[in-house]
Amino acid sequence: MLATQLSVDDLVSCIPDGAKIALPPDYSYCALAAVRALIRRGARDLHIVGVPTFGFQGDMLIGAGCVATVETSAVTLSEHGLAPRFTKAIKEASIKMMDATCPAVHAALQASEKGIPFIPLRGLVGSDILANRSDWKVGNNPFAESDDPIVYLPALRPDVALIHAPLADKFGNVWIGVRRELMLMAHASAETYVTAEKIVDYNLMGDLKTKAGTIPGLYVSAIAEAENGAWPLGIPDGYGADHPHLAKYAADARSDQGFQRYMEQFVFGSAAQAAE
Amino acid sequence: MTNVLLEEVLIGAIANNLDGLRHVAVGAASPIPGAAALLARSRSNGTMRVSVLGSEDNNFFTDGGKEIFDVAGQGRMDAFFLSGAQIDGKANVNLVAVGDYAQPKARFPGSFGSGYLYFVVPRVILFRLEHTPRTLVEEVDFISAPGFSDDNVYRPGGPYKLITDRCLFDVDKERRCFRLESVHPGHTVEEIHIQTGFKFDLPDGEVPVTPVPDAASLATIRGEVAKEISEIYPAFAARVFGVGKAA
Repeated sequence: MLATQLSVDDLVSCIPDGAKIALPPDYSYCALAAVRALIRRGARDLHIVGVPTFGFQGDMLIGAGCVATVETSAVTLSEHGLAPRFTKAIKEASIKMMDATCPAVHAALQASEKGIPFIPLRGLVGSDILANRSDWKVGNNPFAESDDPIVYLPALRPDVALIHAPLADKFGNVWIGVRRELMLMAHASAETYVTAEKIVDYNLMGDLKTKAGTIPGLYVSAIAEAENGAWPLGIPDGYGADHPHLAKYAADARSDQGFQRYMEQFVFGSAAQAAE
Repeated sequence: MTNVLLEEVLIGAIANNLDGLRHVAVGAASPIPGAAALLARSRSNGTMRVSVLGSEDNNFFTDGGKEIFDVAGQGRMDAFFLSGAQIDGKANVNLVAVGDYAQPKARFPGSFGSGYLYFVVPRVILFRLEHTPRTLVEEVDFISAPGFSDDNVYRPGGPYKLITDRCLFDVDKERRCFRLESVHPGHTVEEIHIQTGFKFDLPDGEVPVTPVPDAASLATIRGEVAKEISEIYPAFAARVFGVGKAA
């Protein structure tokens, strides 16, 4: 049986330095408690992948010095503006940036999901996104009778998918409902680590209505229970995002000192840890 | 244009380019294109679908983040909106950086879906509310998505119009450039020349004024559309239409 009695800190101790970690966008189910724990354990040289974008969680990881490489279609705090730590890191060229476009991230994960080495994608030809991605190639559609350039993307296989969920069971099954990019991330990644609002004793596969939106335990390496684990982001149909807090982060993170103060208060502080 | 707001002119002008379509998609944080799509939907007798990306309540997708792009790739999306930190005279769009890409002067969130959707969606309407030589440039510093492609590149989609706070441009696909279509009420052609960093064509004869929405459309905008848009963009609806109580 899968370990479901872990603390969030135990869970992230399974994620090694240098890991390639897939992260969902802010409007999906983000494991913010686990991200704070990653920062506390001093993770280094992470390669973070936005599926297809990331926001608050990635900006915190970058600011805390955990990240060497960023691969994403965008980094945004949406209505709270530009992601300040990401922007600073790019201007100082202190992280490696791999700009993408949303469907390229999805497609490359789908290649991994299928166990195939690459996948073609329309678009991109003539863009500077493509020009700056030496890992992508332009080939020709092998079925075309004439010249038909098309981009080939290598399969993207993250070491880790790090996600949050409203519900999981003790068998390792994880209910994500309609947020099926999390299903794709789990299929495509070598390991999937999950925080869940609640871990139940009954089998989520027992009811077809929940089974349809459930990641099978086959893909799941470990789960830790974390009530409010997405905070200060929200979870669809659960609790809303804590917008005053997000606005405070966006303001604090504009300066090095403000970001440090935020980290001390909400990540490293004993009160912050006790609340996790 | 007594009592007609710029926002209403823009909503009406965009909606006129959407009538008759089956599926219009709107990106996150795009209240004016969103309102235009809702106006066009209201005029469509139930034949148009509108989806708002990144909105939980206003999209009908059930297969995760990838589905909207798969829908577009199959030709099931007729119109979409793109903006840019810079847009140039060849309709190239830059959502990434100003200056040297490796160590830029300014960095923006990123290209999102533009590097794909611009190629496959037939009517991409470019929308930029700051019409200055800083934003409408001769040549973008980074091409998130090119305006035009070589003939051998699969390209059912591309730029259809460019609308700003000053004017509306049409796209000349043969000459691969913009042509001034109309100037919004209160603005002049001379001002457009001064405020635009790229060269553009002029129409034959006098440049028309962008029409204000007719009475029926204006009533729809201020009634039904304002109410619906307030659920998606409460701050915008409160500011422009005085609808709802935004935070």
